[in-house]
Amino acid sequence: MRNILAIVERELRGYFISPIAYVVLTMFVFLSGLFFRAILSQVMAMEMVNSMRSQQFGGGAPAPLDMPGMISRGFLSTMSVILLFMIPMITMGLFSEEKKRGTIELLLTAPITDAQVVLGKFFAAASFFVILLLSTWVPMSVLYIYGDPASGPILSGYLGLLLYGFALLAIGMFISTLTENQIVAAVLSFGTIMVLWLVDVLANTAESGTREVLTYLSILSHLDDFMRGILATSHIIFYLSLMLVALFLTYRSIDSLRWRG
Amino acid sequence: MITVENLTKRYPNKTAIDGVSFNVKKGEILGFLGPNGAGKTTTMRIITGYMPATEGTVRVDNFDVFEKPLDVRRRIGYLPENPPLYPDMAIAGYLRFVAKIKGVPKSSLDDEVARVMEKVNITDVKDRIIAKLSKGYKQRVGIAQALLNDPPVLILDEPTIGLDPKQIHEVRELIKELAGSHTVVLSTHILPEVEQTCHRVIIIERGKIIAVDTPQNLRFQLKGVERVSMEIAGPAAEVVSRLKAMPGVLEVRVVDETDGRCRFQVEGELKKDIRSDLARAVVESGWGLLELQSETMSLEDIFLKLTTAEDLEKQS
Repeated sequence: MRNILAIVERELRGYFISPIAYVVLTMFVFLSGLFFRAILSQVMAMEMVNSMRSQQFGGGAPAPLDMPGMISRGFLSTMSVILLFMIPMITMGLFSEEKKRGTIELLLTAPITDAQVVLGKFFAAASFFVILLLSTWVPMSVLYIYGDPASGPILSGYLGLLLYGFALLAIGMFISTLTENQIVAAVLSFGTIMVLWLVDVLANTAESGTREVLTYLSILSHLDDFMRGILATSHIIFYLSLMLVALFLTYRSIDSLRWRG
Repeated sequence: MITVENLTKRYPNKTAIDGVSFNVKKGEILGFLGPNGAGKTTTMRIITGYMPATEGTVRVDNFDVFEKPLDVRRRIGYLPENPPLYPDMAIAGYLRFVAKIKGVPKSSLDDEVARVMEKVNITDVKDRIIAKLSKGYKQRVGIAQALLNDPPVLILDEPTIGLDPKQIHEVRELIKELAGSHTVVLSTHILPEVEQTCHRVIIIERGKIIAVDTPQNLRFQLKGVERVSMEIAGPAAEVVSRLKAMPGVLEVRVVDETDGRCRFQVEGELKKDIRSDLARAVVESGWGLLELQSETMSLEDIFLKLTTAEDLEKQS
């Protein structure tokens, strides 16, 4: 455990010494603020149309829209897309930089196991990801100050994003073991994540059999229920198993690194 | 302390080392001498457990490196060919990290880091960022890292590369100081280095061990001695005295003796081929000449390569 913590600590320090952490955090806060505002205006416009319509056609008081719920759902869904772009930045250097600097030789000859190295790196990336998610408290607190959103869907939405993020981080970490160049790692991770995302689009035009499979594989489709406030075991298992498979692949990739020299 | 047996590392298109075997005694400094690409780094990487061997075994302090990797790694301080440094960290922070993953207890972390910094003379720059250090300082941080947790075995891959003459002297003194309490394996392609620091030298080329000897003996050969290895069926003592009496022969040693057959090593003056004289002497004495082989030529070839490599480096 102490070994893992040492690696987590070094890795987190590494993030905040290099400009990467600040660039990613700034971009994320900027984009999340921008989209929050856009979603806010959009929902308000919808509300206006809704009330105008009911006035025009009569029929008493309009059916009120769940504005805070719509905003938080829209916001969290948008986050999932923004994070898609951020995650490769977080994971790109995890192993590729170690290989390039030759420090991998230090980690692999120190009296620690490969699993400890992999877990340490993963926990560091996961911690940074949590920091990223926590930065959205600003727009979220606006919702709580000016509205009365149902907390259930928001909390489950965050849980969904967390699991989704962990799975993608593990995939990105695996890919960073394959190259010495962190740009290559970032682009490859981004491409892989895109494929897992666009599988959803392919599913729309596929035949019914393949359609189910493709929809199941889509990383975004499993988020919908979380956003609606539904905690389904199947979705949790999907993300967790994706994460575990990627962690295992990382571990195996380090092992093969030793063999190839 | 270190036992290497029949070590082989094969890649799909190349054999990096081929059947390497040797022993390192406790407290000994062993030098690995060979041109670049000879297999020095590969051998060291296998000993440290960085990579597994295709064949053969390595035991450090009686722990097999493949079966008990962590026990072996706990006993080894390793300086890779390129010092494994995180450029964005400060020296002290970096050494604290390495000390942690090497299992230095929390209570003695600061003392241990201070100790190794003192050893390699970097205490006054401990807060500098590694990226901004000169190559000599980086190399010293690399050595400091290997010394952390005071491992009984040190594997140093080209420890003096990139250092200026004064620093080279300091590092050599440090290595000599470590001997006795530590077992040191170091690699180099610089001949004077092994002469000055090592108790024993292994010369390796194209993945094979070509010679194992003390630096003094190797130096002797370098100065110009023809060495001939002979296997003779005859009485050892008589053979020695007969051959020693011959003109041009400097030294005769019995290397091996098994039921009436003896293996001798004969050293003669340079540029004087004594082989035909030796053969005649043996036959005339009525002994059986089983084998006669010149060893000097191949060794000289290697030294030629080594010394020219060093000369080229000096020029550049």
